[in-house]
Amino acid sequence: MTAVGPEVGTELPPLSLRVTRADLVRYAGASGDFNPIHWSDRVATSVGLPGVIAHGMLTMALAGRLVTDWAGDPGAMRSYGVRFTRPVVVPDDDEGALVELSGKVTAVDDAEGGGRVAKVAITATFEGKTVLGRAVAEVAVAPEQPTAG
Amino acid sequence: MPDASLVGTALPPTAPYRVGREKIREFALAIGEGASVCLDADAARAAGYPDVIAPPTFAVTFTMPAIEAFLRDPAVGWDYSRMVHGDQSITLHRPIHGGDDLVTTIHVEDLKTRGGSHMLTLRCEVADTDGAPVATTRLLLVTAAGEAS
Repeated sequence: MTAVGPEVGTELPPLSLRVTRADLVRYAGASGDFNPIHWSDRVATSVGLPGVIAHGMLTMALAGRLVTDWAGDPGAMRSYGVRFTRPVVVPDDDEGALVELSGKVTAVDDAEGGGRVAKVAITATFEGKTVLGRAVAEVAVAPEQPTAG
Repeated sequence: MPDASLVGTALPPTAPYRVGREKIREFALAIGEGASVCLDADAARAAGYPDVIAPPTFAVTFTMPAIEAFLRDPAVGWDYSRMVHGDQSITLHRPIHGGDDLVTTIHVEDLKTRGGSHMLTLRCEVADTDGAPVATTRLLLVTAAGEAS
């Protein structure tokens, strides 16, 4: 939860997450996306990838957590869009791939039907390179929270 | 070559998909979402939701199978095995929750062939069984243009 109503320029607390092969298997089962490029090196390399890559929708979901963790409620998201610009290659080891997420508030507006909606520009990087392009979320934020302390 | 006459048309609505409480929990855990409103029905009700709520990207679990069934139809002429996900956006008119019965209607918005690739833009309108809108998703799918493009 944010202590104060957010303003333009507010930086979200960053998240660094490791994605392992086990996470990909689990996401495949939960989402129903069993494309073998997300679990088979043989298939991934046969289509020209360096190896097994994370589901784009998993990366999108993880980056969404940056925003909803900050807003304090997964039900607060109003809209969310990304472009998948670069794959996250997940090695077959215990460390996995490190995805680093950060975000900044670019607008705060009155919402239809009351309340306030913050627009957040998200940056997601893997090995220092952006993996999501034009990643923007709109999330309902508490209107006038009292300044804590 | 995919059938360009599909652009501007909508597929018949899917049969209702029942959103399971345990499916939401499974999906939340797969993306590392630990919020109690996604995992615990009592906590969700205490927060004013009818049941556990789904993380924002949950809709892919039932929209993607509908899209896959459409694109794997040989009459559509789409190479599903070499498909990549170009972009994705989701607008939530309200949070999806356990017990929802949701109907998806796929709209074919655009089809382009450029640089040896087919680019298909689809929109999914997700509504409850009374027709009230719940979510709108839009995605760009890209696949190799196999034969002479």
